[in-house]
Amino acid sequence: MADSDPPIIRLRGVTKVYGEGPTAFQALKGVDLDIAAGDFVAVMGPSGSGKSTTMNILGCLDVPTGGQFLFKGVHVERLDRDQRALLRRKYLGFVFQGFNLLARTSALENVELPLLYRGDPRKQRREAAMEALDKVGLKDWWDHTPGELSGGQQQRVAIARAIVTNPDVLLADEPTGNLDSERSIEIMEFLTELNKTSGITVLMVTHEPDMAAFAHTIVHFKDGLVERIEAGHKSGEAVA
Amino acid sequence: MFGTTFMLAIRSIFRHKLRSFLTTLGIIIGVAAVVAMVTLGKATTKAAQAQVASLGTNVLQIRPGQGFGRGGGGPRPPDFKEADVEAIARQVAGVKAVAPQAQSTATVIYQGANWSTTINGTTNAFFQVQPWPLVSGRTFSRNEEQAGNAVCIIGNTIRTNLFRGGEAVGDRIRVNGVSCDVIGVLSTRGQGGFGDQDDVIIMPIKQVQRRFTGNRDIRLMMVGVDPAYDSAQVQESIKQVLRERRRITGGKEDDFNIFDTAQISQTLTGITTLLTQIVTAVAAISLVVGGIGIMNIMLVSVTERTREIGIRLAIGAVASEVLLQFLMEAVVLSCLGGLVGLVVAQLVVIGLAPLMQVEFLFEPQINVIAFLVSALIGVVFGYFPAQRAAGLNPIDALRHE
Ligand SMILES: Nc1ncnc2c1ncn2[C@@H]1O[C@H](COP(=O)(O)OP(=O)(O)OP(=O)(O)O)[C@@H](O)[C@H]1O
Ligand SMILES: [Mg+2]
Repeated sequence: MADSDPPIIRLRGVTKVYGEGPTAFQALKGVDLDIAAGDFVAVMGPSGSGKSTTMNILGCLDVPTGGQFLFKGVHVERLDRDQRALLRRKYLGFVFQGFNLLARTSALENVELPLLYRGDPRKQRREAAMEALDKVGLKDWWDHTPGELSGGQQQRVAIARAIVTNPDVLLADEPTGNLDSERSIEIMEFLTELNKTSGITVLMVTHEPDMAAFAHTIVHFKDGLVERIEAGHKSGEAVA
Repeated sequence: MFGTTFMLAIRSIFRHKLRSFLTTLGIIIGVAAVVAMVTLGKATTKAAQAQVASLGTNVLQIRPGQGFGRGGGGPRPPDFKEADVEAIARQVAGVKAVAPQAQSTATVIYQGANWSTTINGTTNAFFQVQPWPLVSGRTFSRNEEQAGNAVCIIGNTIRTNLFRGGEAVGDRIRVNGVSCDVIGVLSTRGQGGFGDQDDVIIMPIKQVQRRFTGNRDIRLMMVGVDPAYDSAQVQESIKQVLRERRRITGGKEDDFNIFDTAQISQTLTGITTLLTQIVTAVAAISLVVGGIGIMNIMLVSVTERTREIGIRLAIGAVASEVLLQFLMEAVVLSCLGGLVGLVVAQLVVIGLAPLMQVEFLFEPQINVIAFLVSALIGVVFGYFPAQRAAGLNPIDALRHE
């Protein structure tokens, strides 16, 4: 990707303070970060360094206390609750450490959910959800509920749910945190594949260097600031 | 958005069947109670009115004496005579017909079967005063009436017991040894507050007076009042006529009483209506309790489903969609509860109506009202929990547990 492309995500002096008064805690102390469209980014750093806080802000789930967050050139920090919800609906997909699937709900219905909120007609929903399940290799498991699926399978359903809307950015906070290394590698390979073939920008928090190695770019956090940015080991072509 | 949230609500309800059932139980019971009570109340009122109507509407009953429970001692006032009947019929405006009555009891025999019953002597005016159609045969001819022939019209109980339900007209029965032609059979009136009304034989009053009572006294006059006239005024005129005929002057009290069936009708209706209202009020309270039950469970459900709400918000649901979903769940639940309650109410009415000796009836109005109220309860008691769900912060909700 050329340097002239505007970044899909741009953070400028982003701060986040939790709480008020004497118990207030500054989790982010002025984060500057640009992420290019189509990049595969791993976010690393010690516990409490502000990785999840940043991801929540990038995911429009939370607002920064100060600074600017531009998503596709839009000042997200100026949007209200519902406008952010619509941004999430349209451009973002989430994968969580704890899978966060709806219990007692079939894989298909879970994957369908974002389309339902988008107001797609039934048939179209079904087809898109089946296609997404097929991509994560769980087509034959469509009618199983989370309770009937293994952790790895649940995470794949969660990924299917995240990508079913064809989002621009996929945000994953420790997606392999609850999985063994074999399942983790499967997930990583899938995310790599997705990034390569669909051009989805992938942002992933991880503690494991092995997983981070799948990324093109690795962002290191420390004490609420970006410490350094390096190129991933398996990134093939070097990143600036 | 409406269709989507409706579907989400339906899914959520059927995914948690037990929870849904328990949530709606209060509504089911409340609606069933209200509808059953109101329906049974209406049925009872109707039955009571029908019973009173069997006395005839706009009918005055005139008896000697000062009325029920009054005027204990002293000589018994005299009964009426035929001349009194004629005087009232002729002199009082608004009187349709006056039926004299003389009663006796007798044993009736037909082909070896016998039956003890009431003999009611009257004239054809009896059938003008109150509606009591015949199922077969005819009423008295002018000749039979004037001569006091031995003819009779029998009640259905007599036909059942002596004729085993068969055709009776044209046959001859013996009444206290007097042989008597059956010329008609009365339609069934059924069990009333006055005993079995069909256990009766009607004969020309002259025959009854000659053969059974042995005098020309008339114990009771039934007066049919033209509905176009004011009943109170007609009563007053009758009173004046009778006072004059019985030579009651000045401040002396009447030695007869006039009883208006319309009054009992009103009293009875008043009582049953009041009872229905009280029971309905109690039932309505249970509906409100049911609504609070829904709110309770919905609130618990919001807490229990915090994570689910977080997920929905994270994947792009806006607050109003979450609000609508929860509100919809509450409304759909209470409407379902309402519908089930309506069905239960009909079953209760079907089950209880025979025991209460009333007819089954379907009251569309109360059913519609009860259903609308249950929907309203869903909206009112569902709103607070729904608002709470919609107000959740997505991150906090996701982190819940
Ligand atoms: N809702 C909150 N209220 C108060 N403090 C918070 C809240 N969320 C996070 N923090 C604090 O902010 C800091 C950064 O938290 P964050 O979750 O971003 O860390 P992290 O880098 O994701 O850590 P981990 O690797 O353990 O997940 C931590 O010290 C945490 O205690
Ligand atoms: Mg974290």
